[in-house]
Amino acid sequence: MDTFVQQLINGLTIGAIYALIALGYTMVYGILRLINFAHGDIYMVGAFVGYFLSFQLGFAAGPSLVGLSVVLVGSMIAAALVGMAIERFAYRPIRKYARMTTLITAIGVSLLIENLFVAKLGAAPRAFPQLLREQSYTLFGNAAISKSQILIFAVSVLLTLLLQWVIFKTKVGTAMRAVSFNLNSAKLMGINTDFIISFTFALGSALAAAAGVLTAQYNPQIDPLMGIITGLKAFVAAVLGGIGNIPGAVLGGLLIGIAETFVVGYGQNVGVPTTFRDAVAFAILILVLLFRPTGLLGSTVQEKV
Amino acid sequence: MKRILLALGLISTLLFAFACERKGGPGAGGQTGPIVVGYYGDLTGRTSNFGQSTKNGVEMAADEINKAGGISGRQIQILSEDDEGRPEKAATVVTKLIDQDRVIALLGEVASGNSLAAAPKAQAAKVPMISPSSTNPAVTAVGDYIFRVCFIDPFQGDVMAKFAANTLKAKKAAIMLDFNSPYSRGLTEFFEASFTKLGGQIVNKQSYTQGDRDYKGQLTAIRSTNPDVIYVPGYYGEVGVIAKQAKQLDIKAPLLGGDGWDSTQLWDLGGDSLNGDYISNHYSVDDPSPAIQKFVADYKARYGNVPDALAALGYDAMKVLADSIKRAGTTEEPKLRDAIAATKNFTGVTGNISIDGQRNAVKPAVVLKLQDRKYVYVETIYPEGMTPPAGAPATSGAAPASAPPASSPATSASPGKP
Repeated sequence: MDTFVQQLINGLTIGAIYALIALGYTMVYGILRLINFAHGDIYMVGAFVGYFLSFQLGFAAGPSLVGLSVVLVGSMIAAALVGMAIERFAYRPIRKYARMTTLITAIGVSLLIENLFVAKLGAAPRAFPQLLREQSYTLFGNAAISKSQILIFAVSVLLTLLLQWVIFKTKVGTAMRAVSFNLNSAKLMGINTDFIISFTFALGSALAAAAGVLTAQYNPQIDPLMGIITGLKAFVAAVLGGIGNIPGAVLGGLLIGIAETFVVGYGQNVGVPTTFRDAVAFAILILVLLFRPTGLLGSTVQEKV
Repeated sequence: MKRILLALGLISTLLFAFACERKGGPGAGGQTGPIVVGYYGDLTGRTSNFGQSTKNGVEMAADEINKAGGISGRQIQILSEDDEGRPEKAATVVTKLIDQDRVIALLGEVASGNSLAAAPKAQAAKVPMISPSSTNPAVTAVGDYIFRVCFIDPFQGDVMAKFAANTLKAKKAAIMLDFNSPYSRGLTEFFEASFTKLGGQIVNKQSYTQGDRDYKGQLTAIRSTNPDVIYVPGYYGEVGVIAKQAKQLDIKAPLLGGDGWDSTQLWDLGGDSLNGDYISNHYSVDDPSPAIQKFVADYKARYGNVPDALAALGYDAMKVLADSIKRAGTTEEPKLRDAIAATKNFTGVTGNISIDGQRNAVKPAVVLKLQDRKYVYVETIYPEGMTPPAGAPATSGAAPASAPPASSPATSASPGKP
């Protein structure tokens, strides 16, 4: 029982990270019908900005809550700018062309970011400084939860609620929903669609950067290619939940995280090697596409954002 | 279509030109001018700390030899290639070093997987290759031109099993291995065999792959079986994170590892979580022997940090090669090969090196305890049949578990043809 609860906590932790990234995929898809494959790399950029910020501002010296908050917010802002720049220079000029064009551009941007980082910084993993004084708490029995895990849960819940509020309670959120409903009609109604699209990229990228910094507290190893697999899994999470659907992205992320951890934790008992952990996400993707292409929460008349 | 054909034509012409080019090259295998030695290693990839340290050691040794007048008046020139830690790249750069640069010998790699990819190229071209620190037995089994100056995994796995069972009095061990690494799988196999033979029990075995980001699933499964020790024969990048996450899960059992842990980055990743863990290694910087202390001081003066075992092995590999060239009196490959094979009782930083019939080095291992960013010397474990030097702390003799007869001094002096 202890072990089960522990695995559940482990799964929810990485699930929360996937959920944060999946939100970006789902928002951009909701608005542009574009799978932004460079999104996983924004997650990586966020982690690296956090890394350099911690050293530049001297927070790497020792754990402090101030340092953590500054680094977290700083990398979110930086990633938001990067996301907006990518949209402005890579996607906007070709927005009117066929969707395949933008999709391939997205893959190109992803490769460009990865290789720029490898060229500039090398592919060797770096150790992210400890910004949080690590400590474990025993829940009950033997199940332990660490401070970094609590942080991941707290921040991701907070950010998701904040996102819900932005989308449903603010003017810009209303505009986002209008654009996702129909871009051209929204434009005719006087909505500055370019700004709204840019804003959506900024939001999604900030969330991904938060995920990057949070993971780095949990697992301090960062490298320029860290966004590939994590990004793909978050994409699967978005599809699983129903791409374009915000609660779906969160649900999908958590489910993928739990499924993955359970494969590692219990797979061996039924003859599934732990190395299948990455395969699970993609097996789920295939099953979803076969039996419920709209995803768990998606429907034909879904509300897309 | 025409354009494509034209392009193809151009490319093949270029390739042909390159193919012709390779006969020349700076080394050219001559008997005068500098002696060109090829070094290949991971300088930018996931295990780049390994490759950099080894390169530092190799270059420092070469510089010392050159400053002392070279080898019969000829200077040593090191040509370095980066294989990014990828086996396929290792094979490519070694082919380049052999065909284009005409090196007389190769030094490299650290990771057994990369050495295994490059060794067949060296063997086919009959260019002697000395791996400073690949410990998987299969590496030198590739052929009679492949050597190493470190001990092998059967011995290293055995050392840790003996240490766990005899010194730590462990009864139950769990293993967490790097699934795709020959190094990790080899150590696992030999640790398991030896530990079970000593009456211990392997209660759980989990695996991960390089680049995984979360190890808690495996560690939770291990925790539920309550082991006394956890053997993690991996490389520093993953191990540092594993140690950290193990502590987050409140796992109290010490982690045991091998020489793959030895890197400064291990501490950046794992921090205090690593305290109380143990590794087997090639040498200890705390060893008071003057040879080691001089090496440590020189290295620190030159590079500004404490040399890890890989730097020491790189240094020794270069020195063994230089010694063999001197004894052979030539850089002609077959004669050089025989001279390397005849190396006996060469005094290196990492102990006395004798090359045995399987082209492996026979030497002791040390067990180090990890404490506050330091490796604290615990004990030395000698291979069976090798007697500790007088005055050295004598400890249990460890035999290579299922190894080729790596130890008896009688077989180690077989210089002739294989």
